[in-house]
Amino acid sequence: MFIADYESKNVYDEMFSKEGNARQSYHFLKSKMESLGGLELVKRSSSAEKALMSLGITFTLYGEGEQQERIMPFDVIPRIVPSEEWVRMESGLKQRIQALNLFLKDLYGEGKILKDKVIPRDIVESSAGYLKQCIGLKPPKDIWIHITGTDLVRDGEGTFHVLEDNLRCPSGVSYVLENREVMKRTFPELFDKLNIRQVYDYPYHLRSMLENLADVEDPVIAVWTPGVFNSAYYEHSFLAQKMGVFLVEGSDLVVEKDHVFMKTTKGLRKIDVIYRRIDDTFMDPNSFRPDSLLGVKGIFEAYKKGNIALANAPGTGVADDKVIYSFVPKIIKYYLGEEAIIPNVPTYLCSQEDDFKYVIENIHNLVVKAANGAGGYGMIIGPKSTKQEQEDFKKLIIGDPRNYIAQPVLNLSTVPTLIADKIEARHVDLRPFILYGKEIYVMPGGLTRVALRKGSLVVNSSQGGGSKDTWVLG
Amino acid sequence: MLSRVAESVFWMNRYVERAENYSRFIDVNHQLSLDLNDEFPNQWMPLVFTTGDAAEFQKKYETHSPANVIRFMTFDEENPNSIFNCLSRARENARTIRENISTSMWEVLNEFYLLVKEHKKNYHEKQNLSGDGISVGLSEFLAFVRKSCQSFYGCLDATISHDEVWSFALLGRFLERADKTTRILDMKYFILLPSIQDVGSTLDLLQWLSLLKSASAHEMYNHRYKKVHPKDIAEFLILNETFPRSIVFCLQEIEESLEKVSGTKEGLPRNLAQEAATTYLNRLRSENIDSIFNKGLHEYLDDIQIELNQIGSKIVERFFIN
Repeated sequence: MFIADYESKNVYDEMFSKEGNARQSYHFLKSKMESLGGLELVKRSSSAEKALMSLGITFTLYGEGEQQERIMPFDVIPRIVPSEEWVRMESGLKQRIQALNLFLKDLYGEGKILKDKVIPRDIVESSAGYLKQCIGLKPPKDIWIHITGTDLVRDGEGTFHVLEDNLRCPSGVSYVLENREVMKRTFPELFDKLNIRQVYDYPYHLRSMLENLADVEDPVIAVWTPGVFNSAYYEHSFLAQKMGVFLVEGSDLVVEKDHVFMKTTKGLRKIDVIYRRIDDTFMDPNSFRPDSLLGVKGIFEAYKKGNIALANAPGTGVADDKVIYSFVPKIIKYYLGEEAIIPNVPTYLCSQEDDFKYVIENIHNLVVKAANGAGGYGMIIGPKSTKQEQEDFKKLIIGDPRNYIAQPVLNLSTVPTLIADKIEARHVDLRPFILYGKEIYVMPGGLTRVALRKGSLVVNSSQGGGSKDTWVLG
Repeated sequence: MLSRVAESVFWMNRYVERAENYSRFIDVNHQLSLDLNDEFPNQWMPLVFTTGDAAEFQKKYETHSPANVIRFMTFDEENPNSIFNCLSRARENARTIRENISTSMWEVLNEFYLLVKEHKKNYHEKQNLSGDGISVGLSEFLAFVRKSCQSFYGCLDATISHDEVWSFALLGRFLERADKTTRILDMKYFILLPSIQDVGSTLDLLQWLSLLKSASAHEMYNHRYKKVHPKDIAEFLILNETFPRSIVFCLQEIEESLEKVSGTKEGLPRNLAQEAATTYLNRLRSENIDSIFNKGLHEYLDDIQIELNQIGSKIVERFFIN
């Protein structure tokens, strides 16, 4: 081992410059790692894993034979974001959420942006996340997007880009908080020396954001989970516990006279605010998918009447459609009159003739994604795919061009990562979490996801990705 | 409190209590078998009869060997009440209500489960080598199970508010405990003596003593009575008002917990679960051990189990279903 042998070629490395020097913000971490030595690092890493196991921060793999419980792979070498970089990122994220919120309000209201032809109407109306049922809705306090997890990546020059906006039920924040707790146990000496911005108050921010949505004193709040078999169940229960609110499933709820109640040992009790972690169309079989077993009949009607607040508001999915995503810089310009602070990744829309042609001819050089895909599914990474896979994917695109976008393959930045007993370069992205309440709060840092397989660019946990703690200094 | 949560709290505690009882049953029988010689062959099937799972056992195992009984009661995944299954279910219930319990409670249960799972793996590996049921380390394992259950109780007591969650936890624990105490006493019914002349013999007393130990009641019994005598043991385990495993004690706790979760003040209408618990408790208090023995201990214990089941289903109807 060790850090002296570390190599990261032809890519922006978070810790080392092209010349091989540790960047300013990493100086202390580097010297600490050197003085600890490889053995000690491996030892601390394995006790960190044990701690995660004891805490039960696991997900279950249902495969053949016995089901297996695993912890989300966690790497002990943190990723550091210097404060000046963070300040810019924070204002870029606030700008984006503000503009997207105005967009949703307009879209389901007057529709000015469509009349002004900034975005083609057919693109909006053909989006799977666009819900006609939401036309004319007036969410409490005019806020549509309460919780966002925006995915950011760096390109080869080190510039941050927004890769996608997750406006429906973004997950991962519980890992940020638990990873931090484990890191404090693992490297107390680093926390002692570095001025790392804390994240533990996120649940308080989340709770006061939710309280802000109700006009009653001391509102009854619940987190709504699809249930224990959902892969993010741990997070749902974690957030409910940390906020001290109820965790409910659809079967715990009932709507009577357009008010929402939960079934308790003392009878029905009214709820005022729901942080729902269930997709729009599964929420209410009366208004959306009639086959939803997870939903509650009549809850959408109760929402429309203003008797229950929901976060995020139904209908927000249209704004994280990957086709609409490509218009976000224009959206920011249209509503705020500003240039986007954090740029988008250049995006080709297969529904546009020129782009379509380019994508079909250059698929081997591009990443192509389904407009509503998530979790690393429904995508192809051109340079890593076979001829056959490319041909198959072309057919998908030709069959439904509206549903596909393409982007150049980004050479995601790397961070030194402990792999067995060596330190190797692995690609990462970053998902900060943003709350829109009385004001907009951006959690300092966020979830750094790591592609653990050598050379891989896919960081999703469902595809074998892991995570790292993210430290914003100063 | 959500009805679903109340139900999970209730079952989480029943399963932990059951695991603790099973570990004691097995261990006491194991110790007893070590004290016996060839003249008095040890018996393992009474354990299986006691738990009420004999049919399940006989479906799967041909012989009543110690190895089979121990395996059935500790790690067998097909026995819904094996220690391993109790633990998995307790933990699964805890997982669905984590936001209602403390992190330390969850950690105790989670680590407990992970270690039992580890033991299960080792046990199967050792079994493949030796084929012997009573392996070295059995007593240590069973002691570990008991201690973990007790640290779970301690954690419950010390780290969560003594509100509704707590009361439903006690309901689960004491309903299960009362049931297991009846089964411990009933075990003597299934343990055969070589002949009728052996009633009152050393072997007979040794068996009664092991029942006391199965209920962790040996020391406390000795404080109260001078000799090991069947009637006294039954009296202690059924009617004693201060020993935490006696039927009367458990019913007192059930009555009190029901009062708390019902929130009914004196004079207000009471629910059916409360009525059932109070009526039965009063009936028990009016009994004495001679009248019980006159009716026949085995029949009497059957009767208690039926009453407990009825209280249980009234709790389900009143609080868990709506």
